[in-house]
Amino acid sequence: MTRINLTVDGSNVSDDVEPRMLLVQYLREKLGKTGTVIGCDTSNCGACTVHLDGVSVKSCNVLAVQADGHEVTTIEGLAQDGELHQMQKSFRECHGLQCGFCTPGMIMQSVDLLKNNPHPSEEEIRVGLEGNLCRCTGYHNIVKSVQHAAAQGGAQ
Amino acid sequence: MIPAQFDYLAPTTVEEALAALGQHGDDAKILAGGQSLLPVLRMRLNAPEVVIDLGRIESLRGIRDDGDAIVIGAMTQHSVVEHDPLVAEHAALISKAVEHLADHQIRHRGTFGGALAHADPAGDLGAPALALGAQFVIQGPGGSRTVAADDFFVDLFETAIGEDEILTEVRVPKHTGWGACYEKFVRVAHQWPIVAVAATVRVEGGTIAEAKIGLTNMGSTPLRARAVESALVGQPATEDAVRAAAAQAADGTNPPSDLNGEAAYRKHLATVLVRRAVLNASGA
Repeated sequence: MTRINLTVDGSNVSDDVEPRMLLVQYLREKLGKTGTVIGCDTSNCGACTVHLDGVSVKSCNVLAVQADGHEVTTIEGLAQDGELHQMQKSFRECHGLQCGFCTPGMIMQSVDLLKNNPHPSEEEIRVGLEGNLCRCTGYHNIVKSVQHAAAQGGAQ
Repeated sequence: MIPAQFDYLAPTTVEEALAALGQHGDDAKILAGGQSLLPVLRMRLNAPEVVIDLGRIESLRGIRDDGDAIVIGAMTQHSVVEHDPLVAEHAALISKAVEHLADHQIRHRGTFGGALAHADPAGDLGAPALALGAQFVIQGPGGSRTVAADDFFVDLFETAIGEDEILTEVRVPKHTGWGACYEKFVRVAHQWPIVAVAATVRVEGGTIAEAKIGLTNMGSTPLRARAVESALVGQPATEDAVRAAAAQAADGTNPPSDLNGEAAYRKHLATVLVRRAVLNASGA
């Protein structure tokens, strides 16, 4: 077992974990943060996307021990004081989800995208989300959601 | 899927990492960004007893100007390389290739040296590194040595890095003012290329003065399309001239046949992608 100390959604956490434990397992099974989901388990689909030190990563492709000393934000940490993040509001407003399974990852990657490019073109949004798969193929409304969030100043 | 159990070491200096590697030898595996290694561990295609994480060694990160070369630390993330102004100015071919490597999340974690050391023949960095004549700085218990790109890629997933050595940095000779293009042919957006071509070209007054071309996934290692490079010199940067030279793109290659395409299909694809890449790099 290896001792890790990190910040998850603003709270300091500390645990003994097996080195082989994936960050996504740690978030779900140790911390109960099941908002982050496991989709493909092959690092393709992006459903497990979280932010590590402010940038998007696939949490099925990071070991929990690698996050030691770092800061993680999950979908559960986006809302502030009970108010949804603009990206969450925009996905709701524009019907950016069908079954909803890809949504946590789509939203986390979309937030990362707008941080680097607050006013992306449609093409840039599609390229920016290339690491996230929606098996309902609901991409049109996902793109509209990101455009809506950008128009509302969603980069914050 | 969960990897088999392993012990985890996180050294903070290259010397500590080398000592750990020396102690555990064959039983140890180096973890760089982990974007290829973790899927392998999860699928249990490999089950090392010890994983040595280089992620805490700060000296292995960063990009610097060193006279006639730029030097990229082995643990520099792809996303840093992608947006680095030095790389864009002096080795544009690398910027263009990194931009198309995997996806954003993978580029935030994956590292320049890790990808090259992994030596996947379908990896996007081998062909540009080969075309630009990169030099690989490898550290072992006896000190550092430098290996030329021509000698670095040995075979499928095999490089000149010894079992007791670590790739520390990659020196890329400056190609300031050269046009560059990475043409990648994929079936699915963020996947490995079926074939890709890395081309960088120096054009003088509409004539191709020099051309360097690397091929991805046309054999067990990245390859240079030397016949095309020679044929292009002195030619006008026009569709007809480049098309004629590009016809030799598959000479001396031995591409795989798999579900994405037969070897003959890949050989044809190489001629098409070389033409597109050279024309684009020439600004034609």
